[in-house]
Amino acid sequence: MTIEQELANVAPEKLTVEHVSKSFRTRRTTVHALDDVSLSVREGEFVCLVGPSGCGKSTLLNIIAGLESPDSGRILADGKPVTGPGRERMVMFQESALFPWLDVLDNVLFGLKLKPNLQAAERREVAQFYLKLVGLEKFAQANIHELSGGMKQRAALARALAPNPRVLLMDEPFAALDAMTREQLYGDIQQIWAKRRKTIIFVTHNVREAACLGDRVVLFSPNPGRIQEQFTVDLPRPRDINSVDLAKYSTEIMRALKRYLRPELTEVAE
Amino acid sequence: MKRGLVVACFAVLMIAGWELLCRLKIWSPVLLPDPLAVGEYLAQAVRDGTLWSATLVTTKRLIIGYFLSIIFGLPLGLLTARFKFAEDTLGILALGLQTLPSVCWIPLALLWYGQTEGAMLFVVIMGSLWSVLIATDNGVRTVPPIYARAARTMGSKNLHTWAKVILPASLPFIVSGMKQGWGFAWRSLMAAEIYVTILTGFGLGHLLHYGRELNAMDQVIGVMLVIIAIGLLADKLLFSPWEKFLYRRWGTSRN
Repeated sequence: MTIEQELANVAPEKLTVEHVSKSFRTRRTTVHALDDVSLSVREGEFVCLVGPSGCGKSTLLNIIAGLESPDSGRILADGKPVTGPGRERMVMFQESALFPWLDVLDNVLFGLKLKPNLQAAERREVAQFYLKLVGLEKFAQANIHELSGGMKQRAALARALAPNPRVLLMDEPFAALDAMTREQLYGDIQQIWAKRRKTIIFVTHNVREAACLGDRVVLFSPNPGRIQEQFTVDLPRPRDINSVDLAKYSTEIMRALKRYLRPELTEVAE
Repeated sequence: MKRGLVVACFAVLMIAGWELLCRLKIWSPVLLPDPLAVGEYLAQAVRDGTLWSATLVTTKRLIIGYFLSIIFGLPLGLLTARFKFAEDTLGILALGLQTLPSVCWIPLALLWYGQTEGAMLFVVIMGSLWSVLIATDNGVRTVPPIYARAARTMGSKNLHTWAKVILPASLPFIVSGMKQGWGFAWRSLMAAEIYVTILTGFGLGHLLHYGRELNAMDQVIGVMLVIIAIGLLADKLLFSPWEKFLYRRWGTSRN
């Protein structure tokens, strides 16, 4: 690194999505899930992908994760093309996807056991650290079916964080939770993000949630899935989902979203 | 403790009912011996060692045949679940052979192996292999794909994913399949032992068969009781621990 670059001190680009297209063929028709999507995410940034269902935001997340491959275009992580899943990009799903045959601690240990150069004692220590971080230290020996929905997602978060990925990919992780639990988790995820300095890409269809969590909100439109607009949310953290300042942002995003959903309707209305 | 008491009371009640039936003298004692006569037969058979050696011979056949079925059935089930080609060939063969009552294998086994242990093992394996295979196949197919996806993001690959994710995830199905396989193995072995005399060993089925030949109803009923007891014991020893584990982890009800 040259001294000029060092002084300029721009956060490097962590993830780059370059002209990614993907379509799914069903028996009747071809769905263009993603059409020439480009996006770049800086180190440590919290980016929310918002859009109605079918806009390809989850598909993009899966492609970034390396779980699916694009028809054309590519993903660069730290400048290197993504060819498959990797420990440096962890995924959290809408369902917790915790393994019911393991207890909570063993679930968190699963990814750590696949990480080389770790002693058993160190792994346990790391796992317990993250369980504490998400507030589940007392539930290390619990079985998965004994946890509530919110606790399951906390455990899943601990499992995703444990191998210390630099990028966290979250696919509507709070969508199936009740409002109270969700609000609590908004606080927790912001805190953890600030503490552990991760790059987070967060997929949601909840505009308010996106405005609450994201440094940047990327708006997708469906058929074909495209990025339409991007909003920078300039609010101090931690943010409260019910704050008035936040409502301004979410209203603005919502209005834009409706425009892309039903252009013909808004034209008449305006 | 309380449940143990219930079981004991029930057993006593059953025997009392049986005794009552005998005292009513509806059937001749030749056809329905009283509990004491059956108990005497059992005591005598234990004393002279016939019961013990027959039980040993039978359980040995059962255990060897059953474990061979698992050793082959489990990986073959994984194979048919994983590969379309295996599904279309082996899978269909398994499905067809599973519907064949295993007693139907006995004539063929006798012609191929003669009156030997090989014939017995063959019948047991044919009886249970297919249901173990099919249960494994079913179990693997019902594993939610999200488990494998989550595992892949954590760096799990091919063999590791199969051993550490797919196999344990399908455990509820595999255990019930193994239980079913056990039931089939037990039934087919009894059928085979009653049907043919095997020169290399005298099993419980033979004991039952000779009880009939000698018109010794106390022997027939006594051996039947032993066969039931072995079935119950196997259930408790072999499957209960697994079912408890599944219940604890998955939170599903024991069935």
